[in-house]
Amino acid sequence: MADETKAEVPKAPPTGANPAATPQHRQVPGGDAPATAAAAAATGARPAAPAAPAAAGAQAARPAAAPRPPAAPIPDLGGRTTTAAAASAKAPAAATAKTATRDPDDTSPLLTRRAWMGLAWGAFTAASAAALAATGRFMFPNVLNEPPQQFKAGFPNEYGMGVDERWKEKFGVWIVRTPDDLVAHASGFYAIISTCTHLGCTPNYLSAESKFKCPCHGSGFRLTGINFEGPAPRPLERARVVLADDGQILVDKSRKFQWELGQWTDPEAFLKA
Amino acid sequence: MADTKTVAPKERAGTRFWNWLTETQVWKSIFRHDRPDSDRTRVLVMLSNVFLHLHPVRIRKSGVKLRYTWCMGGLSFFLFLSLTLTGTLLMFYYRPTLEYAYTDIVGLREHVPLGIMREMHRWGAHAMVITVWLHMFRVFMTGSYKPPREFNWSVGVIMLVLTLLLSFTGYLLPWDQLAIWAITVGSNMARATPFLGHEGPGAALLRLGDVPLIHAYDDARFALLGGSFVGEGALLRFYVLHCVGLPLAIGVLMAVHFWRVRKDGGISGPL
Repeated sequence: MADETKAEVPKAPPTGANPAATPQHRQVPGGDAPATAAAAAATGARPAAPAAPAAAGAQAARPAAAPRPPAAPIPDLGGRTTTAAAASAKAPAAATAKTATRDPDDTSPLLTRRAWMGLAWGAFTAASAAALAATGRFMFPNVLNEPPQQFKAGFPNEYGMGVDERWKEKFGVWIVRTPDDLVAHASGFYAIISTCTHLGCTPNYLSAESKFKCPCHGSGFRLTGINFEGPAPRPLERARVVLADDGQILVDKSRKFQWELGQWTDPEAFLKA
Repeated sequence: MADTKTVAPKERAGTRFWNWLTETQVWKSIFRHDRPDSDRTRVLVMLSNVFLHLHPVRIRKSGVKLRYTWCMGGLSFFLFLSLTLTGTLLMFYYRPTLEYAYTDIVGLREHVPLGIMREMHRWGAHAMVITVWLHMFRVFMTGSYKPPREFNWSVGVIMLVLTLLLSFTGYLLPWDQLAIWAITVGSNMARATPFLGHEGPGAALLRLGDVPLIHAYDDARFALLGGSFVGEGALLRFYVLHCVGLPLAIGVLMAVHFWRVRKDGGISGPL
């Protein structure tokens, strides 16, 4: 159609009926999804066009896209015809008493085949999405059978100077007693989390060499936790260590202190004793 | 109108996008046919899609009549799919060991979101046994086991047994008193198997002169339990059979079954 005009064609006002149900949109080439989008744009986004004088001429010029009133006949499931008005008979029921009750002889379905399919696919899609979301949630249990993040590590006088390994197996923590800490400049305790800062393996404590050595890639750490060899990019982390009410050492791994962030100066990162 | 002028045809943006999209290599490698607007293209849609080709291109009107088929075969397949899905999810939390089996089942209800997941699996399993029986009943009552469908009837009978075995093996996994004694009773029935039961002579034939090839208990019950009583070995064997062995077998047979339905002229209809 080379002689298409720019004149606006008066569109039928949007009704309660499913816009995709009007036969006009079946003629749009290229599938349903864009056609529906274009149809929505045509009825919704187009500025309220005044009835252009050229309307009649335009209609004659492009018969393929000729607009139809919403009451155009639509074949339904049984091959009978119904109207868009009948399809949405329930919505404007109060408007006129005539449409309030259905003609007992009217055998046309309340919903068109297309509307049914839309409802069915919509419900199926919604159910599938809900099932998918529920499945995702299923993978995150509400209870974990893991050691607690916080534990009491006994009384300070139970510890000698140096590295204590008794909690490493269960809680992943070394408790170190030092006469003079690197940061706090006092005697006391700090708790080192035994997770290598390279890729998360558990280093070994080598007492003969006074260092922590990771078996995976060879990272080495001083007893302070400072890294000095291998690929580890930063020192081991320290955990919160305080005195509990009963005088025991309380270690809390849920609060971590990182040297490179200046957090080792925190009063709870070192227990003076 | 004087100010009406002729312009080049202007496609809508949606149409332009659609035309571009359907010309891309990715699109054309997935959808290897034109729009399904003729009989030929509609057939091509079915034939060029691995999921859709499981459906026949055409079925008889009676094939979708609920009063005739009860849809019991379809429901059985649907239940199998949902059992596969829920069962896979349960496998993320369940450990088939004496120490953990029962507490994991309790944990699936108490500690894991959607505590009904296990119930869905359990009730779905009950439902599948029922639908499979009803499917068999319908096929029998409509005479659909007659030639040329007698081969598919036999496949179906094997799948009925596999369904019951899936139900039986799954029954042990909660590892409560009900499960243990039910399997004790059930596996004792296997002792009475002719030839392979505890009275022999099955294993006795597996001798090379004086050398027995089987040293432990040698009957069908032991093969089932992996021990002389329902213990850790039985739990592990039933778990593997339930999650891997039997589903694989029934999956292969289902493929044969559905294919055979098509080859034998589709769902049988009223005469």
